[in-house]
Amino acid sequence: MGLDRKRIFITGTRKGIGAFLVRYYAARGFMVCGCSRGEAEFDLKNYRHFCADVSDEAQTLKIFSTIRKEYGGLDILVNNAGVASMNHCLLTPYRSVRKIVDTNIIGTFLFCREAAKLMQAQGYGRIVNFATIATPLKLEGEAVYAASKAAVVCLTEVLARELAPFGITVNAVGPTPIKTDLIRSVPQDKLDALLQRQAIPRYGKMEDIANVIDFFIRPESDFITGQVIYLGGV
Amino acid sequence: MIDKDKIVSALYEAIDEINEFRPQGQRLEKALDTRLFGAGGVLDSIGLVSFIVAVEQRIAEVFGTSITLADERALSQRNSPFRSIGSLADYISKLLGEVSGVPSTHGTG
Ligand SMILES: NC(=O)c1ccc[n+]([C@@H]2O[C@H](COP(=O)([O-])OP(=O)(O)OC[C@H]3O[C@@H](n4cnc5c(N)ncnc54)[C@H](OP(=O)(O)O)[C@@H]3O)[C@@H](O)[C@H]2O)c1
Repeated sequence: MGLDRKRIFITGTRKGIGAFLVRYYAARGFMVCGCSRGEAEFDLKNYRHFCADVSDEAQTLKIFSTIRKEYGGLDILVNNAGVASMNHCLLTPYRSVRKIVDTNIIGTFLFCREAAKLMQAQGYGRIVNFATIATPLKLEGEAVYAASKAAVVCLTEVLARELAPFGITVNAVGPTPIKTDLIRSVPQDKLDALLQRQAIPRYGKMEDIANVIDFFIRPESDFITGQVIYLGGV
Repeated sequence: MIDKDKIVSALYEAIDEINEFRPQGQRLEKALDTRLFGAGGVLDSIGLVSFIVAVEQRIAEVFGTSITLADERALSQRNSPFRSIGSLADYISKLLGEVSGVPSTHGTG
């Protein structure tokens, strides 16, 4: 097994949670690859960046063909790339809907499919998808975003079953609000009200997410699949 | 013209790849009449999935084009292309012929 099951691919790494996760896993001796549409804003020794849109099939296939040739396979996939838009449904443009569906659902699916092709050949793999508390809390103003992440939850649950025979687990982490660009345009009073609906009413930290991912990707977690862990007690 | 020998050797490489993980007695033989799936086939449905993934990868490498082997079209063929190595080679040759515009000399039987 190459590099002790430490070959990890993280999507959406230019900024936000993805950029944090790159540094976090690179610092822990993982061989990290990642992608986003733009260039990464950092330069790390054991990190390789691909410029790609996760919803573009041709670009995705190219990435995985490179991974297969140059790294011989993949152990862990973290599907972090995601977009949101806060808007009343009556005021939500078609273009936003398209972008959210393409990135969050189609992108997550394509990466799961291509990563699992590599993982099944070695009979081992860990996939972690990104959900959100906006789904269980049925957050007003986030209809399309919450629905797209409900689809991610459903994909996680069904793929967990389809990929179990190959030794691949598929789980998801559901963050609470974390201060990144994703929630920059959400009004402060909305965020305050949202925090009050959590069992533990504080903002999430990047480390809270890494903690859940660490749990899912441990080799010992081979009996944990199809699960979604929401942060903050939602 | 599509080189059928190249397709068959790609299929044999895919066999080598998946045999590595199969117990003795369940390995696939490298022969045109090896039964893959269905009556007398060596592969169960999960085994077939792994095999198809391996074949698609090899074909992409050797011919530089990605083809989709298990779409509605393959599943709706009167005779499944996944019966044997020979029938699969014919089917791939037909798909590649369509992609490149070069007519294939082999029917799907
Ligand atoms: N922050 C929160 O409060 C929160 C809460 C719950 C869930 N989440 C989830 O956490 C994940 C990360 O969010 P974040 O807060 O870090 O967001 P962010 O700061 O907006 O960063 C999003 C990242 O994804 C990349 N990206 C967006 N669309 C992409 C595409 N089509 N293809 C490839 N990369 C793409 C972006 O880079 P480029 O622009 O260069 O492509 C960027 O690196 C998302 O799945 C989000 O839904 C976040």
